Amino acid sequence: MKNANSSKQDGRTAAGIILKKSFLTQGLKTEKRETVDRRDAKLAMAHIYVAMTALLLGGLAGLVQVMVRSGQFQLPFGIGYYQVLTVHGILLGLILTTFFIFGFQISAVSRTAGTLSDKQRFWGWTGFSVMTAGTIMAAVMVLLNEASVLYTFYAPLMAHWIFYLGLAFVVVGSWIGAFAQIARYAQWKRENGKQPGPLLSFMVVVNNLMWVICSIGVAVAVLFQFLPWSLGLVERIDVLMSRTLFWYFGHPLVYFWLLPAYMVWYTIIPKIIGGKIFSDSLARLSFLLFLLFSIPVGFHHQLTEPGIDAFWKFLQVVLTFMVVIPSLMTAFAMFATFESVGRAKGATGLFSFFKKLPWDDVRFVVPFIGMVAFIPAGAGGIINASHQMNQVIHNTIWVTGHFHLTVATTVVLTFFGAMYWLIPHLTGRKLTPKLNRLGIIQGIVWTVGMSIMSGAMHIVGLMGAPRRSNFSTYGGSEQAAEWVPYQLAQAVGGTILFIGIVLIIYIFLQLAFFAPKGVQEYPVAEVSEGAQQTPMFLENWKMWITICVALILLAYTIPFIDMMQNGPPGSVGYKLW
Amino acid sequence: MHIHKYEKWWLTFGITCLVVFLSIVGFSAFHAGAHPPSAQVYINQEHVDEIAPFDNPGVRKVEGEEWDYEVVVVAAAFMYTPNEFEVPLGSKVKFIATTKDVVHGFQIAGTNINMMLEPGYVSEFVTTVDKPGEFLILCNEYCGVGHTAMSAKLKVVDPDEKREQQ
Repeated sequence: MKNANSSKQDGRTAAGIILKKSFLTQGLKTEKRETVDRRDAKLAMAHIYVAMTALLLGGLAGLVQVMVRSGQFQLPFGIGYYQVLTVHGILLGLILTTFFIFGFQISAVSRTAGTLSDKQRFWGWTGFSVMTAGTIMAAVMVLLNEASVLYTFYAPLMAHWIFYLGLAFVVVGSWIGAFAQIARYAQWKRENGKQPGPLLSFMVVVNNLMWVICSIGVAVAVLFQFLPWSLGLVERIDVLMSRTLFWYFGHPLVYFWLLPAYMVWYTIIPKIIGGKIFSDSLARLSFLLFLLFSIPVGFHHQLTEPGIDAFWKFLQVVLTFMVVIPSLMTAFAMFATFESVGRAKGATGLFSFFKKLPWDDVRFVVPFIGMVAFIPAGAGGIINASHQMNQVIHNTIWVTGHFHLTVATTVVLTFFGAMYWLIPHLTGRKLTPKLNRLGIIQGIVWTVGMSIMSGAMHIVGLMGAPRRSNFSTYGGSEQAAEWVPYQLAQAVGGTILFIGIVLIIYIFLQLAFFAPKGVQEYPVAEVSEGAQQTPMFLENWKMWITICVALILLAYTIPFIDMMQNGPPGSVGYKLW
Repeated sequence: MHIHKYEKWWLTFGITCLVVFLSIVGFSAFHAGAHPPSAQVYINQEHVDEIAPFDNPGVRKVEGEEWDYEVVVVAAAFMYTPNEFEVPLGSKVKFIATTKDVVHGFQIAGTNINMMLEPGYVSEFVTTVDKPGEFLILCNEYCGVGHTAMSAKLKVVDPDEKREQQ
């Protein structure tokens, strides 16, 4: 411990044994803070309570939607389908994800970089309060039917200004919270000199950087376009520009959901299955590649839109596909970890190492299902982003099926899997064998429900059924009649998924309030002995941020100037719901 | 930074696939002209009905262009004008559409004719209609309470069969 610095220098010149020593000393260092401080745990749990409330209400909205879309049910009391859809999108896409991620990230920083200072925790609570206030403002407007504009709030549909102000609060609050997490990492760096920061905290910093850089887009749109326009200060809004700013934010948003799942896969799953992190440097590199290639790619959501030259669309398509590289790296690291663990446990055959994995441990099984789901999800994503191929599926319910695999299976199942150790660790309780078993059942229920629902959405989407649409016979169209059986299948799958939500809420309440008191381990894996010293260029933030900004400018500057110079004079607002 | 031998193989394989894939997409886009609809044509959305060709929407045969027919459509909450079109099978058709109010979609179900209509912009897409039958045109972007009431019909008819019937 005393000569962490000198052993690090040794590590550069010699390999193997000396390196082991340096990892041993790092291990000793982290041992001191293997639990999350109670005060930080409270802050993390506050976020997770909001997330779980959003899950229950948003899930209920989802159940209502699949029922109505099946054509068998109608909404009572004059509630609008699109009002329910807005609730579903905002609560699950923005609130559940952001709040859960922040809860997890705060715990991760506190666990691996150390307890937050009082000041950092104060900013953490401030961010939480601002985000929650914003959520309530937006929610009230949606419930009053003043904002049935869906979570993408495309202009020129115009919601009440308080709705936009609420969204601005959520974004600004998230910046404050992200700042608190980054500040803890910076403090670790100050205190520990020139060595790479703890891997899990490093990943949190990358995800927050990406989040802040991308959410500037939506903040600009809300503060400078939507708010003045909805307040009546300006008459018109530039529709294409607002959509472009939204999607500059909207695609990195999905990576903001995904990267915390990757954090669990890279740093926590290896510990749960009794292995080590395959490579610290490659894990960092893959996160940095996500930072670079998640943002300058929003046009692949706008491929069928007028007003954007096809060349710039194609350029962003190419940049989009660069995320294939870190995705392949992640897949490799996962399988390498699985195989080393299986072999260490005595597996010999080509694939028999799979049998040695802990298939009775919910903390592994449920995130593993999420990993498997990412294979078809990623393949679908490749189709979606493929320039001209996008026309086949754009705005069909195929897309809904796609992101119910990515975010609602891969990401969400990884989060559920993390809850089995995270919640009891934060509340001072223990995961029981009974809850472990129920958790595995919950994962299976989810898989069955999602396979039916998402499968039906993919197929009927290819047949042309649109997303974000109420049930309709489209004037007795033969084509629309062929969609009905699939819409029934969606309702069946959606109902099973809702049972999954009820189960996970029950499990959450058990873990948070009723499980026996005790100490549940917060598992964080160590780096494998064979790995080499992490090179410092991976922490050269100036360089990475410069490349990131340069790519954004390359991808967006000319099309943006084009919109400003040639675009139409803008549009007045409409309230058509 | 050390990269495991197998990981090098894996990444080489993956990146090669990626390059081949993007080359195919790029070739079909820039050489074969298969770009997504990306017209940069502007219009005053508040006077669509007075501006050609939208002052006279519908199907027309054209001469001296790369396409044989033009289908001109005006979208507004919650209808398309006109709401029924007929084009001969195998003809090359240019779809030209715009919106008078909010953002709408223009999707012909079961085909790859799919474009966003945004106020102030004209959307265009040229394609050969090579499947006979009656196709549903629908709005695939949420536009308000009557979103799913917005539909139209495209009939692709075989000229030979039509002659026989008459």
